[in-house]
Amino acid sequence: MAKILNVRELMKSYGSGSRNLVVLEHITFDIEAGDTFAIVGPSGSGKTTLLGLCAGLDQAESGSVTLCGSALEELNEDQRAALRNREVGFIFQDFQLFPTLTALENVSVPLELQGDRQARATAIELIKKVGLADRSHHYPSQLSGGEQQRIAMARAFCNRPSILFADEPTGNLDGETGEKVVELLFDLNKEAGTTLVIVTHDLELAGRAHNILKLKSGNIVSNERTVLS
Amino acid sequence: MKEGAGYPGAGVQWLLLMAWRDGKSGWRRLTLFMSSIILGIAAVVAIQSFSQNLKENIVLQSKALMGADYIIDSNQVPNEKVQQIIDSLGGAKVREVTFASMASFPEKGGTKLVEVRGIEGPFPLYGNLETVPETAAAAFRNNAGALVDATVMLQFQLQPGDTVKIGELTFPILGSLQSAPGSTALRSSVAPAVMIPYDYIEATGLLQLGSRQEYKYYFKSEPDTDLELLDERIDLRLDAENADLDTHTSTSERLGRRYDNVGRFLNLVAFIALLLGCVGIASSVNIYMKEKLRAVAMLKCLGASRRQTLAIFLLQIAGMGLMGGIIGTVGGILLQFTFPMILRGFLPFDVQITFTLIPVLMGLLLGIVMSVLFALLPLMGTWYVSPLQVLRIQDEPVVKSRRAILIILAMIMGCVYLFAFWILGDPVLAIGFLAGVLATFGILALMSHLMMRTIKKYFPENWSFTARQSLLNMFRPNNQTMTLLLAIGVGSFLISTLYFTKDILLDKATLESDANSPNLILLDVQSDQVAAVASGISDKGLPLIDRIPIITMRVQSINGRAANDIRMDSTSKVNQWILNHEFRVTYRDSLIASERLEEGKWTGKLGDSRVVPISISDNVARDARVGIGDSLTFNVQGLLMNTVVGSIRSVDWGRMQLNFSVVFPNGVLENAPQFYVLSTKAPDERASAELQRVLVKEFPNVSIIDLRQVVTLIEGILDKISWIINFMAFFSILTGIVVLIGAVRTSKYQRIRESALFRTLGARSHMILRMAALEYIYLGGLGCVFGILLSLIGSQMLALFVFEMPFSPSLIPFVILLPAIIGLVLTIGLINTRSILNHPPLEVIRKEVR
Repeated sequence: MAKILNVRELMKSYGSGSRNLVVLEHITFDIEAGDTFAIVGPSGSGKTTLLGLCAGLDQAESGSVTLCGSALEELNEDQRAALRNREVGFIFQDFQLFPTLTALENVSVPLELQGDRQARATAIELIKKVGLADRSHHYPSQLSGGEQQRIAMARAFCNRPSILFADEPTGNLDGETGEKVVELLFDLNKEAGTTLVIVTHDLELAGRAHNILKLKSGNIVSNERTVLS
Repeated sequence: MKEGAGYPGAGVQWLLLMAWRDGKSGWRRLTLFMSSIILGIAAVVAIQSFSQNLKENIVLQSKALMGADYIIDSNQVPNEKVQQIIDSLGGAKVREVTFASMASFPEKGGTKLVEVRGIEGPFPLYGNLETVPETAAAAFRNNAGALVDATVMLQFQLQPGDTVKIGELTFPILGSLQSAPGSTALRSSVAPAVMIPYDYIEATGLLQLGSRQEYKYYFKSEPDTDLELLDERIDLRLDAENADLDTHTSTSERLGRRYDNVGRFLNLVAFIALLLGCVGIASSVNIYMKEKLRAVAMLKCLGASRRQTLAIFLLQIAGMGLMGGIIGTVGGILLQFTFPMILRGFLPFDVQITFTLIPVLMGLLLGIVMSVLFALLPLMGTWYVSPLQVLRIQDEPVVKSRRAILIILAMIMGCVYLFAFWILGDPVLAIGFLAGVLATFGILALMSHLMMRTIKKYFPENWSFTARQSLLNMFRPNNQTMTLLLAIGVGSFLISTLYFTKDILLDKATLESDANSPNLILLDVQSDQVAAVASGISDKGLPLIDRIPIITMRVQSINGRAANDIRMDSTSKVNQWILNHEFRVTYRDSLIASERLEEGKWTGKLGDSRVVPISISDNVARDARVGIGDSLTFNVQGLLMNTVVGSIRSVDWGRMQLNFSVVFPNGVLENAPQFYVLSTKAPDERASAELQRVLVKEFPNVSIIDLRQVVTLIEGILDKISWIINFMAFFSILTGIVVLIGAVRTSKYQRIRESALFRTLGARSHMILRMAALEYIYLGGLGCVFGILLSLIGSQMLALFVFEMPFSPSLIPFVILLPAIIGLVLTIGLINTRSILNHPPLEVIRKEVR
């Protein structure tokens, strides 16, 4: 299979001068298109930072990230934004819905950014798929946590992304709701054939991926295929 | 993987849609932003629109204002040449002679200085004589009696049928004069008009030496007459004969310019209110955008470009500015209907208010441009927000490009400059206005900043918990302390500066209370009346303080060059008034208190010299282009007198005493035809009225000015002016209040959470209330004190450099303005925080969050 994400010798640090804190170093790995990939590790191990770098939300000090064939370090911020809009979907621990937009408006934003005239119809379709057709005109503050995350998933799949990054997708949900959300995530992913990258410290969730990359103190401890692969 | 971009991308329509979607949920807050500029725009549009209407009305009513197409006037009986010109123009339809005189009202026993207008012919040729009863105007034209100014009728409770005595004649009063062409309310308040038939003027016996008269000839021209050409053709010839031609167009232009100046000043005051509102917008948008940072990051995360995210919020603000512009403009248009009422006493006619387009466009443009410009700095933050913010909140403030900040600041200043230039029409004055605004805002901001730093550095740790906490509230994150101090400070600065300036002007006009300062001035006393008038004064037990001889003369030549030659010489820099003016000259042996010798040597008595050394005031020296040793020849009622400039004096013309621009030494003019000004001091109004009654009866040609009444009059005029300016300054205060409401509301959620937390920890309601109250007292008090302090500095500079007199500030702004502003801020602040106290903490938090 073709490589959708290619990470080479990535290094990232925060702070300046003597108080420089290295968050990631010598990070090298690849993800194949259509794969499911989990990044695990304890708090502070650099998981979220790595996700931000892979999705082009941040820039590394050194090393390279090639996403969907584009070297991110060669793109400016607006070019990276355009790439994300075309190729990437996101799911966040705290949902990150626009509080001032309804569920339907939230879901249609990525397609509207592309100028897609069918944005609304596609969004309605996806909201139906996540089982919230009757809540499409509600604002995020009128939805429960689980419902908000399902709307976030609908938004993430709305632009038919090549790769989807999920940052602790069940972190803010109770166990039962979390399980349902995970089921839905994997179902939608299977149907869309999207590459899925999940950042989590839930080992059970990570176990559902084809590949698990373990991080500790900013370094890769292991990068192994699971039995599912 | 997808191939290339291949998408049309989101267009302007989507940006508008997103701006609308995001804005509609926060419409309440946006309404507050909007309110900040509504008042400023309303004030600008109202003034602008009214000025425009005023100008148009002056043009439309110019003939009615003058009462003719053109007038030839002169302050002497027209000589042969002038009469020839008048005849060549087909003769005047109306003639008038005007002079000041005392009028007495036998039935009521009162006397008053009035402007006597002797009129012959069908006056006015345009417009109306408004009288009560209406028939009085027609009866007056039939020479049946006098028309008396309506205020005098009211003051002396006169009725038609009563009589008025002017000089030697007594006229029946036909009715009250409400308005007439050629008179203004301001002029009428100094010397109200009494109209009598021209034919009786001679018989009043008042047209004698010394009295200032003005002869006017009213003309009606053919419709196709080019008045400008006529003016060019004969005005110079008339000038040479001490006469003048005024056309209705030139007079209306002059009048228009005068009101335009007032309009410009008020417009700038209104613009300051708008600028204050803009500072409020900048501050509110700053907080608004801080709350929007994660949404901005998420938009970027989903693929929106920096330009798109900036555009969404820029469109929101522009929409809000447009709405503010529309509401402000509508408000301004309605507000201008109150102006004729406010400006009553300044306008010589009724203003018909009509719709004018330019102020409306200006209001809308100002709404959008000013709100966008002032919101740009905080909005710029969206450009630099990293999409990474969706993953982790960065507490560090967004770093903005210094170059971009400088460009935006330059754009703001450019816009302020352009507006000022548009209003003032003078690039230098516009820079002055910009510098003034920057200095005022800058100094107030600096004072506020220094005060905050001082409080932080020397924080009163030993104060009570409530007092300390309320002080700390001023430093809370997202605080709007600086904005509020600026808004309150600028408003207080404007109001107290007006107050102090009025104080300075009144101080200048106030009469000296020592025994040698006169308060009654007797004008036009003839030489043969001096002894009798003086004894009339002493008979009443009053002192005769001054006995000043006055001789009238004109400049015949300067340094041997005839006045007529200088007049015709277009390259001459001698000011025309020097050549045309009838100088009223005195002679004495010493300088008086209001004079200071600047150059040369003072000569008190003429010695053997054949050349007369005179003393001239510095303004005459400057305008006549003469210095020490230069020669001036005067025409003293037909006799030529050679003089040299012996000394130059500076004169304080503002002092309430008789000042002269030309003073002769003793021993020269004693035998010239002259009249006198006498002065005395009456202890009270009764004594003054009694003396006036006796003197007017015996010496009807003598005019009497009671300086106490003049001071009251000046006070009245200043009161009117300051009322108008206060009205405009009030807009600044109102804007400050709106900004305050906005600031309190913006930080409401934060305040409520803090208060709920305090209450959860056991704080009682009155403690929370006291905390909030103290914070508003600090804000109101500090803002107002800063404004008054800055105003004290400004007024001191005005007193020093403009009015050139000492300034002793009164305590009124501190005693009245300070508590009033504190009370206002406190009330508004507490009203807006009341919801914190009325509900249980949990309910408050839930309600506010929802």
